[in-house]
Amino acid sequence: MKYAYYPGCSLHSTSREYDMSAKEVSTRLGIELIEAPDWVCCGATPAHVTMHVLSQALPVKSLINAKQTGADTMAVCCAACFSRLKIANYHVLNDPGKKAKINRAVGAEYNGEVAVKHLLEILAKDFGLENLKGKMTAKLDGLKVACYYGCLLVRPRKIMQFDDEENPTIMDAVVETTGAKTVDWPGKVECCGASFSITKTGVVLRLCRDILQLASDAGAECIAVACPLCQSNLDLRQPEVNKKYDKKFDMPVLYFTQILGLAMGIDWKKLGLDKHIVSPLKFLKGKNIIK
Amino acid sequence: MKIGVFVCHCGTNISAVIDVQKVVNDLAKMPGVFAMDYKFMCSDPGQNMIISEIKQKKLDAVIVAACSPCLHELTFRNTLIRGGLNPYMLEIANIREQDSWVHTDRDKATEKAVRLAKMAVAKAKRNQPLFPQEVSVEKSCLVIGGGIAGIQAAIDISSAGYQTVIVEKEPSIGGKMAMFDKTFPTLDCSACILTPKMVQASQSKKVKIYTYSEVEEIGGYVGNFNARIRVKARSVNMEKCTGCGICWQKCPVKVNSEFEQNLGPRKAVYVPFAQAVPNVPVIDCVNCTYYRSKRQNPESKGLCRICEKFCPAGAIEFDQKDKIIEEKFGAVIVATGFSAFDHKVYGEYGAGRYKDVVTALQFERLLNSSGPTQGKILRPSDSKEARTIVFVQCVGSRDESKGVPYCSRVCCMYTAKQALLLKEHIPDANAYVFYIDIRAAGKNYEEFIERVQDEYGVLYLRGRVSKIYRTGDGALLVRGADTLSGTQVEISADMVVLATGLVSNPETVKLGQMIGIPYDKNRFFTESHPKLAPAETQTAGVFICGACQFPKDIPDSVAQAGAAASKVLGLFSQEHLMLEPVLACVNQKICNGCFHCRAVCPYNAIDEEILKDKSVVARVIESKCHGCGNCISACPVSAVDLKGYTNEQILEQLQSLR
Repeated sequence: MKYAYYPGCSLHSTSREYDMSAKEVSTRLGIELIEAPDWVCCGATPAHVTMHVLSQALPVKSLINAKQTGADTMAVCCAACFSRLKIANYHVLNDPGKKAKINRAVGAEYNGEVAVKHLLEILAKDFGLENLKGKMTAKLDGLKVACYYGCLLVRPRKIMQFDDEENPTIMDAVVETTGAKTVDWPGKVECCGASFSITKTGVVLRLCRDILQLASDAGAECIAVACPLCQSNLDLRQPEVNKKYDKKFDMPVLYFTQILGLAMGIDWKKLGLDKHIVSPLKFLKGKNIIK
Repeated sequence: MKIGVFVCHCGTNISAVIDVQKVVNDLAKMPGVFAMDYKFMCSDPGQNMIISEIKQKKLDAVIVAACSPCLHELTFRNTLIRGGLNPYMLEIANIREQDSWVHTDRDKATEKAVRLAKMAVAKAKRNQPLFPQEVSVEKSCLVIGGGIAGIQAAIDISSAGYQTVIVEKEPSIGGKMAMFDKTFPTLDCSACILTPKMVQASQSKKVKIYTYSEVEEIGGYVGNFNARIRVKARSVNMEKCTGCGICWQKCPVKVNSEFEQNLGPRKAVYVPFAQAVPNVPVIDCVNCTYYRSKRQNPESKGLCRICEKFCPAGAIEFDQKDKIIEEKFGAVIVATGFSAFDHKVYGEYGAGRYKDVVTALQFERLLNSSGPTQGKILRPSDSKEARTIVFVQCVGSRDESKGVPYCSRVCCMYTAKQALLLKEHIPDANAYVFYIDIRAAGKNYEEFIERVQDEYGVLYLRGRVSKIYRTGDGALLVRGADTLSGTQVEISADMVVLATGLVSNPETVKLGQMIGIPYDKNRFFTESHPKLAPAETQTAGVFICGACQFPKDIPDSVAQAGAAASKVLGLFSQEHLMLEPVLACVNQKICNGCFHCRAVCPYNAIDEEILKDKSVVARVIESKCHGCGNCISACPVSAVDLKGYTNEQILEQLQSLR
């Protein structure tokens, strides 16, 4: 199984552990991720609030470059990148007027020939849940996980074609292959505040408090995410949430790839588990998941 | 053949664009054609002019060049009759809708009018007198659906002395209205005003009621419909049963009651509600222990049989079979009602996962003193009294993304009523209503809403609810927008009531295709004219009333039922009906018996006929034929023709354009 890989800026910087764990897990599963040569910014936030055509030309540029890998599908981990790439493809495929503008901007002919898939879809659908289950050597029985999807993975449903936008279950299914239990909770698709983390921190603190509270009320011991922004808000801002709202959250926020990696018996350092603000190490040791 | 052409000015509707005089002059030049014009041909002097010209000039056919035949074809046919001509010797050239109203160039429009009139002349030359056929009228009406609309229609028709048959698929008549607690805006007890009507219908000698029954097939035509009705096996003998209720008191099997919207139990042998008509139970074969054991082991005697043991009348008949009844009817009224929208598609409201998010119909049952909680407002999850309730309007109404773009019309009112009743049950309860707009267009409706807001203190919030979820303490958190104050609102509620909209019944499509009633994109039946024929359908002798046509409240359903009944009575007041003679006919000398015509006929009007030489050819059953012309286009050898619109006539019309 061969995919062009689009890491996006986050996976090369703030969420390097997502990149590390995604690659580790893929390698174990025999899924080949070939980084698209000369990929550029996906256009998230800055571009699409500035200029419509730019926000679509940027992802198309990367999609065109992905063709050089020889794969017909691009694997994406970051939910924001996934959203931008998928939306650009949608417009190219469905709106000839926009397609013409985009092609003029990138100076090439692109017809939407590279499909875009999130790693969750690749694991659940292309690789298959049963196959995935067979690869789990160190079952995580007894671990209670709240799967948090955020807003960008699932919406808008018409374009993303990902999962139910109110009660998605794909990440739950993938995480449950490890033997861990996922909780049914109402916070799955809440907004984390995304890039307001910097400009309006107060908003993000309130939203993160609600998400952490809902997960903890549902009995979760940790949160699984599939988006670097969700992870950084819930993890990085957790101490501030505790201070501002007089809470005592100590909720590790892990990438689903890290959880899979642990269940495959991959060394926790290779999964970047030492890179979190709310360190999961003590918790995982307590659960006998790592030594 | 002498033909008269009468060109109408229609005030200035025609003459402003068309040179009427030139049309007259050009037509008059045709051999055998007399032409003249007049300001309003449809007026009395105009018609009288035509009559006197028919007589004086001894005309054989008449062309009226005026408006669309939809408007005045009948008028002028009658004019011809008064002038002593066969009415089918009339041709109309539509020079208004198809010419003067849509063109501006005077010369070209005039030229077009001349051509249209000349085509009519060409066709009229080959017109033959046609004679309507006379059919008898079976003076009995079939009413499909025994809700308030069907009951009202049956009462109205039977009161005039005609036989009526109600076919209802549930075990009792009464429909949705029987489930409601009170009605808006008067707060009459729904059952108290409905049950007298149910009794009146059931006690009338002229009304026959088949409950637990369905219409399986319907054929025929106005005045002479044949219906096949399946009366499903009740497993209880209706004659013997006294309605004592011992069977269902003793029955050990409990299942969710459909009538109670799954909020309360019923037994496997049951009457849906206390005032059911007929008051005869049915056995639900799916859940009954006897039938289940028989299905597992057909040889056995069958388990349980407690109802049979205890029935003092010996009315339990486990071996009852469905009964098929075939009856003839002169008219059909369809009153099949609606279904409540299934809110499972609203993931943001829990998609049915939260027990305390209930539908409006469920809340009606909770309010009702004979309902599952005896009128106490207890939430389903833990039977705790619900003191804070959020009502969410437009769930499955005005929401294109869910495939329901229309307004269900009754939800604003019933929500206000339910909020008011909540306050009457529990005066210090909190009621919140999220709404998009309040649509209270009805007599005393707006005043009712005002009263609910001002006197009862129900808090109305203009905006949509974005999410409902259960919090740790078992409460429901309702998150929504209040667009008037521009704020986000979060309410912790004990219960949420979704004002689910009205959607068409799942059987609508099948029934419509069987009886010949078109349905719209929302699968509601289409009336014959949206303004002027709201209870009629395209099929003569078939009428509609109630919410099967579109969401309606009780007064509108009752009014439409009365309208449908009056149309039926109009039909029954005639001894004979005249059927349109524009019908297909087969030239059996040419017909090769391929029967392509039968395959395309929507009315089953093609029959086989064996000629003396043993060849099998097609024959048109005239009483069934609607003159649609499908068979004519399908016939590979041009053996079929439409009277009044023959292939020859149409070719002549085209020839005249050369």
